[in-house]
Amino acid sequence: MLKNLTNLFRYRVLIHSLVVRELKARYRGSVLGFFWSFINPLLQLLIYTFVFAYVLPGRFQVEPYPLFLFTGILPWTWFSSSILESSNVLITSGNLIKKIMFPAEVLPFVVVLSNMAHFFLGLPILFAFLIYYGKIHWTLVFLPAVVLLQLVFSLGVCLFFSALAVHFRDVQNILANLLMLWFFSSPVIYPYLDISPSIQRWLNYNPMTHILVGYHQTLLTGSLGHWPWLLAMSVGSVVTFLVGYAFFDRLRDTYAEEV
Amino acid sequence: MGIAVRVSDLTKLYQRYAHRKQFRTLKSALLKGNLIGELRPDETFTALSGVTFNVWEGSTFAVIGRNGSGKSSLLKVLAGITKPTMGEVEVNGRVSALIELGAGFHPEISGRENVFINGIMLGLSKREISERFDEIVDFAELEEFIDAPVKNYSSGMYMRLGFAVAIHVNPDVLLIDEVLAVGDQEFVHKCLDKISEFRRRGKTIILVTHSLGLVEKLADEAIWLDGGKIQVRGDPKKVVDAYLAQVTSREEEALAAAEEQAVAEFAALPEAGPALDEESPSQREKGRWGSREVEIAEAALLGPDGEPRHVFDTGDPVTVRLRIKSSGTIKDFVFGIGIFSADGVCCYGTNTDIEEFVPLSLSGEGEVRLVLDRLDLVEGTYFLDVAAHQRDGYPFDYHRSLHAFRVNSRVKDLGIYRPAHRWEFSSNISIKPPSDR
Repeated sequence: MLKNLTNLFRYRVLIHSLVVRELKARYRGSVLGFFWSFINPLLQLLIYTFVFAYVLPGRFQVEPYPLFLFTGILPWTWFSSSILESSNVLITSGNLIKKIMFPAEVLPFVVVLSNMAHFFLGLPILFAFLIYYGKIHWTLVFLPAVVLLQLVFSLGVCLFFSALAVHFRDVQNILANLLMLWFFSSPVIYPYLDISPSIQRWLNYNPMTHILVGYHQTLLTGSLGHWPWLLAMSVGSVVTFLVGYAFFDRLRDTYAEEV
Repeated sequence: MGIAVRVSDLTKLYQRYAHRKQFRTLKSALLKGNLIGELRPDETFTALSGVTFNVWEGSTFAVIGRNGSGKSSLLKVLAGITKPTMGEVEVNGRVSALIELGAGFHPEISGRENVFINGIMLGLSKREISERFDEIVDFAELEEFIDAPVKNYSSGMYMRLGFAVAIHVNPDVLLIDEVLAVGDQEFVHKCLDKISEFRRRGKTIILVTHSLGLVEKLADEAIWLDGGKIQVRGDPKKVVDAYLAQVTSREEEALAAAEEQAVAEFAALPEAGPALDEESPSQREKGRWGSREVEIAEAALLGPDGEPRHVFDTGDPVTVRLRIKSSGTIKDFVFGIGIFSADGVCCYGTNTDIEEFVPLSLSGEGEVRLVLDRLDLVEGTYFLDVAAHQRDGYPFDYHRSLHAFRVNSRVKDLGIYRPAHRWEFSSNISIKPPSDR
C-alpha cells in the first residue's frame, strides 16, 4: 500500500492533465462556459436567500445571512459533487481500466481535484462579497489549512465510495439520499452556534460540521474558537484517507473484471 | 538475445458474482459488518491454466485459438491490466498494448489534447509526446481535423488516431489484439508496414489474431490456446495446421449431429412430395418423401480412407455410398444424386437413367456407390440430395438437403467449381509463386 501511495506521486502529470481535461470538457459547447462555475453557486445562493431572508425571515442570528450561506455552500458543493461523481467514476471509465494499464485510484483523485478547482473558481466571488461587507480578518491565513483538511477528508470518502460502488451499484442511489441528510446535518443553512447544545452534541459526530465551522470562523467571524475540534479533525482526515485508500487498494484487482 | 517475456505456469481465474442480488447483499454485508468478506466470489471461471512460454527479444509471437479460448485474457495479463491468479509473468521493457484503439479518448475535447492525454496514460512524458506529435498526426492522416473534438471523428479516424498514439509509444514489447481486423485496406497495410518496421528494429511483438495467413507470414513462433491451455506450441505452420485440424474435426462433429437430427426428423413423413413448381433455389427446404418401396436407409460421403466424413478438402477423392433396402422385387428403378450449394444452386446432378443404365431387378438390401475421383468444389457448405425413384419420376425415397458437408480450402477462390489448373508465365514476367504451404 505504501508503494502504491508513492506511485501516486508519479501519476501527478496524468492527474494534472486529466483534471484540466475534465474542466475543459465540462463546459465545452455551452455558451457561458467557465462562467457556470460562478453562476451555479450564485443561483443556489439566491434561492436560499429568498427562502430564509424573505419567506422565513429572522430565523438565524447571523448578519449578513447571504454571505454566511455562500461561505457554506461553496465548500459543501465541492464535497457533495465529489462524492456523487466518484460513486460512478470507475464504472463510466470502465474502458480505461479494462483496456489499458491504468492506475484506477487516479480517477477519484481527478474527481475531487476538479471539483476543488470549481471551488477555487467560486472563491473570487466570495472574496468580493467579503470586501464589500468589510469582513476581511487576519484569520484568513488559516483558510488553506481548512481547505487541505477538507481535501484529505474528501479523498478518503471518495476512494471508499468509488470502490464500493463497483461492487454494489446501489451505492449511487443511496448516496443521493444520504447526501441530502448529510446536508441538513451540516451547518450550511444554519449557524452552528444557533442550535441547541443537545442537538449540537449529535452534530459533532459529523466531520463536515467542523470543516464548515472552520470556514465560517476563518472567513466571517475572525475567531479561532473551534481549533480543538479542527485539530482532532486533521487527525480524523488522515485516518479517513488511509482507511479509504486501504479499502480501495484491497479491491484494486477486481476493478478490471467487475466494471 | 535475451528473453523479452517469460510466462511460467500462469493461471487466471475470473470471479463470478453474477447471480447474487446486489441490494440484499449490501444490506446483509452491512448487517453482518463483514463487507470485505462478502466480496469474496461464489464461483470461478478458469480463463488460463498452466500457461508457460518464453518470447525471445526481437521475435514475433502469435497466439491463435477460437473465441473464448483465453487469448485476450493472456494479453491483458501481459499488459498488466489484470493480475495472474497463480504463476508468474515477467515482461522486460516498456509494453504497449493495442487492445482497444482510442480507449480513454474523451469525446468532447480536441484530437490534439487527446493525443497528449492518451500518450501520458500510455506512459509517455509530455516532452516525448511533443517530439512525436507531428509524426503521430501524420501517421493518422488527421492534419486537418486534429483540433476538432474527437466526438466529430468518423470511427475510422478515431481508430487511426488511437493506433497512431499507441504505436508511437515506442515500446519494447508490442501487444496486438485483433485490432488489424478494423479499418480499411489501406490503413491495414499501413499498420502492417509499421509492424514490419518494428520487427526490423528488433522489437518484440505478441500478436493475437484469427487471421491464420498473417500468423504464417509474420510470426516466428506461435501457440494455440484452447480452453485456457496451450495445445500446441512451436513453428507457426505446425501450430496453424494443428489448429485447423481441430477446426475440421469440430465442423465434422457439428455436421454429423445436424445430419443425424435431419434424418431423424424426416424419418417417417408422408409419401407426397412438394409441388414441382416451387423448385426455386431459395425454397429448397429440408424434406424426405416417397413410397419407400425402395428405401435409402443411409447416405454417406466417404473420404479417401473409406470412412464416412462431413468435411473435405478441395480436390479430395469422395465416394457417395447409399445403403438400399427393398421390401419386394423391383424392376423399374433409378438412383440419383445432386449437390447443392448452401444458397440452393445446383452444382451437379446425375442419375442412372440420365447416364442410360437400364434397371433389371433389385431386391433385399444392397449398396450403391458413386465414386468421384476429385471433389473440385471451392470452399463452402454444400448439401447432398439423394433419390431412388421410377423412370417416370414416381418417388420411392427422396432425401432433400438432409445431408450437409463442408469443403475447406487454403485458397480462397471464387465461384463453385475449381477446375484443376496451373499458371504459366513467359520469361519476361517476373512473379513470385506462393510460398509452399
